[in-house]
Amino acid sequence: MSVSQRLVKTFVRWEAVLVVLLVGVFILNTSLSPFFLRRVNLLNATYNFMERAIMALPMMLIIIVGEIDISVAGTIALSSTMMGLAMQAGASIPVMVMVALGTGLLAGMLNAVIVLRFRVPSIAVTIGTMSLYRGIAYVILGNQAITGYPRELAAVGQGVVGNTMFPVPLAIFIVLAVVFGVVLHRSRLGRCFYAIGNNATAARFSGLPVDRYKAALFSLNGLVAGFAAVLLTSRILSTRPNIATAWELEVVTLVVLGGVAITGGKGSIYGVLLSVFTIGYLRFGLSLINVPSQVIGIITGLLLVGAIILPGLFEKLSNRMIIDRQLIPEIDSEATATDA
Amino acid sequence: MAEVVRLDDARKFFPGVKALDGVTMSIRSGEVHALIGENGAGKSTLVKVLTGVHSLTSGTVYVDGSSVSFRSPHDSQAAGIAAIHQEASMFPNLTIVENIFMGHHLRKPSGLLDWTTMKTRTSELCGRLSLKIPPDTLVRDLSVAQRHQIEIVKALSIDARVIIMDEPTASLSLKEIKELYELVRKLREAGTAIVFISHKFEEIFEIADTYTVLRDGRFVGDGRVADVTTDDLVRMMAGAALDRLFPERTPNIGDISLRVQSLRQAGVFEDISFELHKGEVLGFFGLVGAGRSELMQSIFGVRGRDGGSVIAGAVELKALRPQQAMKEGIAFVPEDRQEQGVVLDMSIVENTTLASLKAVSRFGFPNRRTELSTTARLAKRFSLRASSLLQVVAALSGGNQQKVVLSKWLATDPRILILDEPTRGIDVGTKAAVHSFIGELADQGYAIILVSSELHEVLGMSDRVLVMKEGRLVAEFDRDNAEAEQVLGAAIGATTAQRGA
Repeated sequence: MSVSQRLVKTFVRWEAVLVVLLVGVFILNTSLSPFFLRRVNLLNATYNFMERAIMALPMMLIIIVGEIDISVAGTIALSSTMMGLAMQAGASIPVMVMVALGTGLLAGMLNAVIVLRFRVPSIAVTIGTMSLYRGIAYVILGNQAITGYPRELAAVGQGVVGNTMFPVPLAIFIVLAVVFGVVLHRSRLGRCFYAIGNNATAARFSGLPVDRYKAALFSLNGLVAGFAAVLLTSRILSTRPNIATAWELEVVTLVVLGGVAITGGKGSIYGVLLSVFTIGYLRFGLSLINVPSQVIGIITGLLLVGAIILPGLFEKLSNRMIIDRQLIPEIDSEATATDA
Repeated sequence: MAEVVRLDDARKFFPGVKALDGVTMSIRSGEVHALIGENGAGKSTLVKVLTGVHSLTSGTVYVDGSSVSFRSPHDSQAAGIAAIHQEASMFPNLTIVENIFMGHHLRKPSGLLDWTTMKTRTSELCGRLSLKIPPDTLVRDLSVAQRHQIEIVKALSIDARVIIMDEPTASLSLKEIKELYELVRKLREAGTAIVFISHKFEEIFEIADTYTVLRDGRFVGDGRVADVTTDDLVRMMAGAALDRLFPERTPNIGDISLRVQSLRQAGVFEDISFELHKGEVLGFFGLVGAGRSELMQSIFGVRGRDGGSVIAGAVELKALRPQQAMKEGIAFVPEDRQEQGVVLDMSIVENTTLASLKAVSRFGFPNRRTELSTTARLAKRFSLRASSLLQVVAALSGGNQQKVVLSKWLATDPRILILDEPTRGIDVGTKAAVHSFIGELADQGYAIILVSSELHEVLGMSDRVLVMKEGRLVAEFDRDNAEAEQVLGAAIGATTAQRGA
């Protein structure tokens, strides 16, 4: 690739659009409130969207392998409910956390078993389990809320790291994002995920344990949803059966807006990170001027539709700009290997 | 005879591939025009241009002397061009009439569908071609040959003046082929222009009036079939490389490396037993649908089985997972390159190391340098043509994609290679390269299974040939007594050849 082709590849891509969007959101928010750009505001704003941000990470992997999990918000409700029951039964905080994580993991594993054993499309299965998991929460709680969580629990969802003003959830998200990014972009697993998402048959014919990886990802997604339930519960210190309503769509929005192809096989952690903060701060800014949440929903909806259409267009554009100048010279494999 | 369609200096470029590079062709009414070329020569692209699937990068299509540009298959049909594909694109659960008028139903003045007229019209069109199939028959109840005939009727129903037939005889019996010829002659007499794509020279000399030869997307020559010989056409098609298609070698057969016993999958293959030795090329011949690919997939573990055993070396493969077969040194180059072989949107490097990621990784992380050197070594061995090893495989030609698949499996350091149609759809040069590569590997002591529907490839490459028919092994031939006619006869069931001694 020539230098100009590299430039095209670098800048005519979806991530570049997201950077522009993010900058736009910052400008908007600053014009709405001159205090927005203060560090403390930037950091505190993240408390509101970190649970969804963390859930976007495993969802990114699931969508990259060509599956989807719609049941995550239901899983949060169920995990939080179980956590509340554990609390009422007198469990300590570590036990409550384990209960939430365990519930999430089981929910994810059930998705995996149904999708892979019975070969049903994951979108159908998880729409079903979405209602199932939240339904159980409703059956257990009725219209009641569980309150009375110990104050110490708040240290997770509302806390700061040490003596800084750095939010704990944001710190956890950053650590997880690095881990997921390294796995996706550097590790053997990540390579396999892309291969499976692009062509599951060829992946299977190449000896990759496709079903095992997918099962692991569904389980992981449930586990992380359980963890998000811990964060959320500790942030609001209560459990209601309707918590995290419609979050599944918001999480999918974050991933797809981040440039992950809904058909699988494509996407990067960078795009997802950008979209997490773009959407997060956009919501924050709009709520500063009391835009009703329904309107915020409309705006994110439009962004999502745009996100499904636009990355493909950008790729075509970037490819066309490159292909026009492409020839097929004889390869000098040695040279290619050393200069690449 | 009037020129109906003319292509002038047609060019069609895809990323990294010049599929058509300056092709000129004149199609006249009342003529059968053979379009000749090896796989990958550009025939299918040309058909897709004529049928409005692809638009040209440059050049012009003329219909009746005026320049046209087809934006969709619909435009092309409206201009009177119809194609009959190898894999008939029909609706199996609908009747013949429904299929023929799909997309251009006749209506009564009230707006309701006029089935009576459509049926009459179907019978009339069938009559014109002397076909005797009731128009109410469901398409799924028709034989392949009959489906082809119905496709032709469908073409006539839209008043097609140019009918393109893409390897129409590929899956037909001798008798059915004769009937097809009759049909083609009738169409010709009626003034229809036929573009006839075929790999078989007998057919071309039997039925075609004129020919156009393509090679690597370029126009090589055209003229009247009566003025040329088979040798002329072969020379035009192949360029220079044809003589050394199959490598000479002296097989050195060793111990048994793979033993298959009474393997069966209900309804697919039955009672399959054979042994494969080190240093041996074992050919599997049979017609399409004989169950060869399914058998190989089952041996490799990507398809189930209902009984029997597969033993590689001393280990029985029970797990039904390809990982186990790979651990015992089995590599499997599948039949469907694009679906099963490569991941199109990933790079050459990523495809090459996909089956051996562990070997190029440290602590679970693929090492870029190791990956590149492994890939570069294999790319060199196969003379892979690509602008960079980081190029996506989708941008490569079929032959080069196959080289990537072969590289991928060689990178796993196998002992047993199962090659399922390894040269299907690839150019002559690559074909020869694959053949000599198979010979080399066998000489180095690899055990090789070669599944191929190309009789001469099986005969030219194999030390032993097994013939499958309808899911069973029906005959076995040694290299010395494998005669083309007998092997083919066993596959189609024409002779009474018995398996082995």
